Amino acid sequence: MSDIIKRASAGTMESSDAYVEISPADKGLEISLDSVVQQQFGEAIEKVVLEVLTDCGVQNAKVNVIDKGALDCVIRARVETAVMRGRGE
Amino acid sequence: MRRSMLFLPGNTPNMLINGSHLGSDALIFDLEDAVSPAEKDSARILVRNTLKYMDLVGCETIVRINSIDTDYWKKDLDAIIPQKPNLIMLPKTNFAQDAKTADEYITEVEQRCGMEVGTVKLMPLIETALGVENSFAIATSCKRVAAIFLGAEDLTADLRCKRTKGGAEINYARTRLVMAARAANIDVYDTPFTDVNDDEGIRIDAEYAKALGFTGKASISPRHVDVINEVFSPTMQEIDYAYEVMEAIRIAKEQGRGVISLRNKMIDAPIVARAEQTIAMARELGIRRD
Repeated sequence: MSDIIKRASAGTMESSDAYVEISPADKGLEISLDSVVQQQFGEAIEKVVLEVLTDCGVQNAKVNVIDKGALDCVIRARVETAVMRGRGE
Repeated sequence: MRRSMLFLPGNTPNMLINGSHLGSDALIFDLEDAVSPAEKDSARILVRNTLKYMDLVGCETIVRINSIDTDYWKKDLDAIIPQKPNLIMLPKTNFAQDAKTADEYITEVEQRCGMEVGTVKLMPLIETALGVENSFAIATSCKRVAAIFLGAEDLTADLRCKRTKGGAEINYARTRLVMAARAANIDVYDTPFTDVNDDEGIRIDAEYAKALGFTGKASISPRHVDVINEVFSPTMQEIDYAYEVMEAIRIAKEQGRGVISLRNKMIDAPIVARAEQTIAMARELGIRRD
């Protein structure tokens, strides 16, 4: 699994979508989340983001997620796409 | 049963996640025209996840992949086939070989995933003059082809004519495709009616398509779904007549009569076959006859 080599993004700011930005980092994973449902589901969303990053084998990256009420499957898709793009795939 | 098929743009979560609540018998997740080249990767993963995680109960799933003359179609199939959609729509199918090429690669992916070969069916989208002329060869190109679908927007561009509401310019293509599909014993679907705000126009267009023999019709707008479903469903009069036909057959058999008539008309094999189709569809729709 290759590391994140460049800054990349996926998704939109539209309702039911999420905008995910990923960039290279030196040590570990740093996730920041801004969600319209932060209070209710913030922890669960961060868990999903972390799960996708782990499944993709990403060990070092900065990930910024702006969630507009996206379902899990949408967040998963946007994170995975951002990872692929960040790897230059 | 596929009366209506609703196109959903493949990179728009809001539409994808709500698609199954819009009343359409089938949903077409579009990875082709509705997705810009820069977002092909994103849409592919989003549609894959929608099929994988969303509960789309009551809807058949169809994915329109990119055509085989692009760099995307194999990646589309790699991502989508393991999620077992009902059908793959193959755009710009011009030759039987195009469908065979897609069939061979779908087989490869199915085998790779441990799926039974033939699980996912194929629906070639015929949208060029060449495709129309080759429609029977396409319809019979391989066992995986379960239906063909007419795409009139690209076709009229290819014909160098204007698309009209009356549809005279696509009449030949419509009848040609119906003939090819029925000769091949597969389903055939009509092109969408593109004026989203013309409620009368969609009804006329759908009724005409049904009269020509189409199985159902696609739509680009949720607003058209109810009308299409209504037009392609049997009416109560048709259902009543179908039951009368079957009853007349039963009585004639009991009495040992060979020639059967109903309402002063002879009942022959095609009428019985149509009655059986009508009753089967009514049952599938849950229409009860008291």
